[in-house]
Amino acid sequence: MLELKNIKKTFNRGTINEKKALEGVSLKLEPGDFVTVIGGNGAGKSTMLNMIAGVYPVDSGAVVIDGRNVTRQPDYKRAAYLGRVFQDPMMGTAADMEIEENLAMAYRRGRRRGLRWGISRQEKENYHEALKMLDLGLEERMTSKVGLLSGGQRQALTLLMATLRQPKVLLLDEHTAALDPKTAAKVLELTQELVEKNSLTTLMITHNMKDAIRLGNRLIMMHEGRIIYDVAGQEKKALKVADLMSKFEEASGGEFANDRMILS
Amino acid sequence: MLAGILSSLPGAVSQGILWGIMALGVYITYKILDIADLTVDGSFAMGGAVCAVCVVNGMHPMAAVLLAILAGCVAGAVTGILHTVFDIPAILAGILTQLGLYSINLRIMGRSNTPLLKVETLFNKLGNLLPALGNSYIAICIGVIAVVVVVAVLYWFFGTEVGSEIRATGNNEDMVKALGGNTRLMKAFGLAISNGLVALSGALVCQSQGYSDVNSGQGAIVVGLAAIVIGNVLMGWGKAFGTKMVSTIVGSIIYRIVIAIVVQTGWVDTQDTKLFSALLVAVALAVPVLIERYRNKPRVEE
Repeated sequence: MLELKNIKKTFNRGTINEKKALEGVSLKLEPGDFVTVIGGNGAGKSTMLNMIAGVYPVDSGAVVIDGRNVTRQPDYKRAAYLGRVFQDPMMGTAADMEIEENLAMAYRRGRRRGLRWGISRQEKENYHEALKMLDLGLEERMTSKVGLLSGGQRQALTLLMATLRQPKVLLLDEHTAALDPKTAAKVLELTQELVEKNSLTTLMITHNMKDAIRLGNRLIMMHEGRIIYDVAGQEKKALKVADLMSKFEEASGGEFANDRMILS
Repeated sequence: MLAGILSSLPGAVSQGILWGIMALGVYITYKILDIADLTVDGSFAMGGAVCAVCVVNGMHPMAAVLLAILAGCVAGAVTGILHTVFDIPAILAGILTQLGLYSINLRIMGRSNTPLLKVETLFNKLGNLLPALGNSYIAICIGVIAVVVVVAVLYWFFGTEVGSEIRATGNNEDMVKALGGNTRLMKAFGLAISNGLVALSGALVCQSQGYSDVNSGQGAIVVGLAAIVIGNVLMGWGKAFGTKMVSTIVGSIIYRIVIAIVVQTGWVDTQDTKLFSALLVAVALAVPVLIERYRNKPRVEE
């Protein structure tokens, strides 16, 4: 469903701030794979997701989504295949527009927009049903501006928007990191529900190792622009946090203790 | 003096309505797209120049207005391309187009001023039909018709899929891109529509006053902003798009009435009206910021 072929990316090449973000990342996801991604700061996790989404062009390598080579496509064209939820709850929704207007735009992801009315009556009923699933009471506030919602509510809405039209791949970039623990747990539960219901191919970055082990059928660990550990199936299920810690220390030579991953 | 003010009111109201269409154009860029577009001064004069030349050369005044709108859209698209394709900051892109338009407008007219003598305009046509009405009232009639049509069309357009995408682009570009929207195209499109409206306003003002002048757009952007902020002060309670458009038109009318009053009473000399307008807008923009800053000031317990 998704294939990365030897992706390389260096930021600010040739300057004092040169940063090798990805040094040859290859990854293949089968349909329905739910892969959790862990790694320290600057490991290249977000850069990898941004390369898939086309936020920046790759230096070399190829991105193939569902058999299509999209390496040269700009982000807004690739959006037809991708659902995205960002770390910042403000980034995924338009604050000054109504909840139903946000959903209507998400429903048109990857479609040609014309001069038809932006939202139909039938759609509104569908959105009402979809919002009920979030269990946040948003179905009764469909004409409220999104800016009035809390961060957690906005993130839940973004998640619903990303999956409203089935994406080939769902990209989650630490989408619960900015939320309080209780809300984060709720959004994570919702993530699991949506991914399972639609059997979505998913790539989820998290800094919480317990979540990384508990969720999904495969786990990858990144370090300094490379995938250094890739585990799936029974082996992944049997993992303990301590295993990941030692794996990481092995790769990074002890610097792990300073990393914020240890906090979670 | 009161009589002077009263007699200047119909003229002020008619100018407020006709210039209000220009303010709606500014509203689209400044409020919806979150871009300060300085093309406006040039595209307003361009609307007048195109319209005047067409009418003088025997074109139907309505067709001349439509052609002026088209010219304005092209001017806006040029700013849009400079901004979105070449990543020139929006303010600078607008200034470049505006400066270029000054020469283009002179080329269109062949001189700096084109009078509409002994030609048919929308205004004297309606005046012949309704001889009992004075010129200002004729202008108010045409202005109201134009505003109703423009507001209705904009209300429809910004409710469509493309219109929603333009609104969302001004709100959250990251989201629009993640949902497959081409934000560059949307910005260029919005700038074109905005300057089309500005040129429409320029064309109607030109026909109502019976001449076109290459300097007629000078300071138009400030007049547009004044209309928006005055409208917001008076009708800030209305958050709906329709209310916002109406408040902008109302703001434009109030602005003209204020100018008429301060000039009639002699408080402000005619040649100082531009300074007065600039101060008015500066104060209107600064006051909310100062209030906010005062509110957020940390209170120290003594």
